[in-house]
Amino acid sequence: MDRTITPPLTDEVIESLRAGDRLLITGIIYTGRDAAHKRLVELVDKGEPLPIDLQGQIIYFVGPTPPKPGEVIGSAGPTTSGRMDAYSPKLLDLGLKGMIGKGLRNEAVRESLKRNKAVYFGATGGAGALLAQRITAARVVAYDDLGPEAIRELTVEDFPVVVINDMYGGDLYAEGRKEFQREVEI
Amino acid sequence: MREVDVARITNAVAELAVDACNVLGDDVVAFFEKAAEREESETGRDILRQLLENAALARETARPLCQDTGLAVVFVEVGQEVHLVGGSLEDAVDAGVAKGYTEGYLRKSAVADPIGTRKNTGDNTPAMLHTRIVPGDKVKVIVAPKGGGAENMSALAMLKPSQGRQGAVDFVVDTVSKAGPNPCPPIIVGVGLGGSFEKAAYLAKHSLLREVGSTNPDPRLAELEDEIERRCNALGIGPAGLGGITTVIDVFVEELPAHIASMPVAVNIQCHSARHKEVVL
Repeated sequence: MDRTITPPLTDEVIESLRAGDRLLITGIIYTGRDAAHKRLVELVDKGEPLPIDLQGQIIYFVGPTPPKPGEVIGSAGPTTSGRMDAYSPKLLDLGLKGMIGKGLRNEAVRESLKRNKAVYFGATGGAGALLAQRITAARVVAYDDLGPEAIRELTVEDFPVVVINDMYGGDLYAEGRKEFQREVEI
Repeated sequence: MREVDVARITNAVAELAVDACNVLGDDVVAFFEKAAEREESETGRDILRQLLENAALARETARPLCQDTGLAVVFVEVGQEVHLVGGSLEDAVDAGVAKGYTEGYLRKSAVADPIGTRKNTGDNTPAMLHTRIVPGDKVKVIVAPKGGGAENMSALAMLKPSQGRQGAVDFVVDTVSKAGPNPCPPIIVGVGLGGSFEKAAYLAKHSLLREVGSTNPDPRLAELEDEIERRCNALGIGPAGLGGITTVIDVFVEELPAHIASMPVAVNIQCHSARHKEVVL
């Protein structure tokens, strides 16, 4: 049975997480991708308040498909995280504790995770229909004009993630790949 | 001459876009089933099972497989004995994209002014349209929604002829290696060899329409596909990039003669949501 965590995440929880840990998230998380990050960081740079309190929170890099009538949300899997690398360290400095996405993070982000005691989680890319089943409520809390890129507050239940980068420098992508890399006979 | 009303093309594009986004091809599903058995990584097997569950859920709930329902890449092959009536073909295709993406609750992912304001066009137009005039009196419409994550990991190089076969293979494998977990592996690797700059890219894109498990009928290229596949799977990237022996679903190589001075190699990466549907009118 995978362990369940609920935001806001404390330093104690972050300290207990290691690359490769499989977890379930239950509670409130926030969505944000390229355009929302750009706006958030513009506010940070101007010293203005953000539309959401990031303290201890998790941002999920996702731009869902529109919900059909009766649905909470459409398909909602992770987008490629690397595009947020330019912005993430500034948000981590403000108390953001977790990010959910897929794909590699750069060194600046990995260093920021160590410095700020935070983690980067992976969700399964392309499993948008499956992951949507674990989202029980969604409402736009900022930047409605951005459509799929608006910031949404999601209520999730048993949302499956794996720790990719922990606060100790552990990196599941590098470790997993190393384990299965082999020479090939041509 | 046989007349075909472009309104039929609009409806075909709309229906194919929705169908492609919600229903994964049997060839890809069969691959996941096979790979889930032979993958050596436990996490990798778990990811492949998630992808099978995701495909079943998407089909049952008519929800897109992936939230990135892509730019709408559309191929239209028009028989030269067909007279298209009722308006412009390009407008009809765009109307189909707008209809499919709006009425089908697909995500609109197209932005205008890409290096500036990046404002959403609102209806996922324009289609990335490729047309061909072919013999016959039919119209074939293919819709292949293409997500950004895998497209971003694609690459094209104008290699030197002296780099030869080895240089071409190394470039393809290096592109897959650098992509790592980003393009949602297991991936399909479409490779266009030769031709001009744009033809190489087109060949790589068009190759992605092939059925998983198919090999190029030219034994020389079939061997190349096999070698690239073995080298990519030996990278250890695995399902979702978490480590494993299943990095690629398939490798498709297509080729054209090149200029005496050139050796273009295009690599178009397709995520595991390998979506394309077609109809003949």
